[in-house]
Amino acid sequence: MSEFLNMGGYAVYVWSSYGLAALILWLNWYLPRRQHQQLLQQNKRRRHGTGE
Amino acid sequence: MFLWFHKFGSPPHFYRIAGKWLPWLGVTFGLLLIAGLYGGLIYAPADYQQGESFRIIYIHVPAAWMSLFVYMVMAFCGVVIIVWRMKLAEVVLISSAPIGASFTFLALATGSLWGKPMWGAWWVWDARLTSELILLFLYLGVIGLHSAIDDKRIASRAVAILAIVGVVNIPIIHYSVEWWNTLHQGPTVTKFDKPSIDMRMLIPLLIMALAFKIYYVMALFQSCRAELLRRERNSKWVEELSGSN
Amino acid sequence: MTPARKKRLVLIGLMLAGIGIGLTFALKALDENIMFFFTPTEVAQGKAPINKLFRLGGMVVDGSVSRPGDGLTVQFDLTDNGEQVTVRYTGILPDLFREGQGIIANGKIGDDGNFIAQEVLAKHDENYMPPEIAEAMKKASEAKASVN
Repeated sequence: MSEFLNMGGYAVYVWSSYGLAALILWLNWYLPRRQHQQLLQQNKRRRHGTGE
Repeated sequence: MFLWFHKFGSPPHFYRIAGKWLPWLGVTFGLLLIAGLYGGLIYAPADYQQGESFRIIYIHVPAAWMSLFVYMVMAFCGVVIIVWRMKLAEVVLISSAPIGASFTFLALATGSLWGKPMWGAWWVWDARLTSELILLFLYLGVIGLHSAIDDKRIASRAVAILAIVGVVNIPIIHYSVEWWNTLHQGPTVTKFDKPSIDMRMLIPLLIMALAFKIYYVMALFQSCRAELLRRERNSKWVEELSGSN
Repeated sequence: MTPARKKRLVLIGLMLAGIGIGLTFALKALDENIMFFFTPTEVAQGKAPINKLFRLGGMVVDGSVSRPGDGLTVQFDLTDNGEQVTVRYTGILPDLFREGQGIIANGKIGDDGNFIAQEVLAKHDENYMPPEIAEAMKKASEAKASVN
């Protein structure tokens, strides 16, 4: 296991590459999703605020 | 065919379809990612020259391919915007830009992390690296231009032109390693004769590339849904949507 | 397709063709500057700049690597299978540096005609394979060479 994590001495380079990829993939999924939910809520509030 | 195109292009229809596809895309991406990571980190043997450091390839190459692919999608949308004035193409174009920019950044950053131990330098100004950096600036230009113009329909047309013009950079990136002397090595997988990479190393690479493609569709749908809601705030279908839940 | 749409499509085509042609000429003109390195043959032909830093690329000749003097300085020959240039360098070599490896050195030609490098980069090839297959391939080509 520790041999696997060590990546033949290149641990810093390999794992920071994979970590950076994980961060970027997560951000591109999470940010639009949060925005989408906020917009849905805004619309709901707007509708209930002015509609009735 | 044209009818289908027309229907798919209508914002409420696309919004619904995208919402339905999202969970399935998520599951497919998850499975491919697990397979690709297992293949890349455990199944594939270490390289004869580069040892374990070559495993960065499973992030670097799929990210670099995506950076080119997403740009070509954007340029295609650009043509559709200018010629057919299609609203959905505007949404797809601007939603693709941040995703493409992040993949380009990822390709550059992992390339740097790979270049330092192998080449001995984080960065060199050779033709491949420079043209990929220009691609990043093109993406950022698209994002900046779009946010600088308030009227989103005008902004979309401006951005469409920029996306179309920038597409000339794509063949330059691809062929840079053949046209000029570069530090970056030549193509491995897309050579005309058989790819010069061992099968056990190639298969995880292709799986990861497919996983990234599915991820792009997933992130794109997610971001298009948000952009559609924002743009069509005052239209009937959005009001019905917020009324129903 | 309506005439208006056709016209816009043709305009896009013309625009791209124009930019493409312009860019081709621009890149052709800049060709020398885009080239990342010179080869030993180009140096022998006098194409490389004199008294100015430039990059030299080639393969490290088998058996040419030596460490004269204090052991920090390394000396080796670079070849492109035509000409050869001797390179001297003091500093840390990249992990991939070895005999037979593609190398790019940045520096200039010294008074003794040798290339004095300030920086050495390794250029790896586009082949990826496990060590045992590389070993087998090397043996196979050696066997072939000894038959001939």
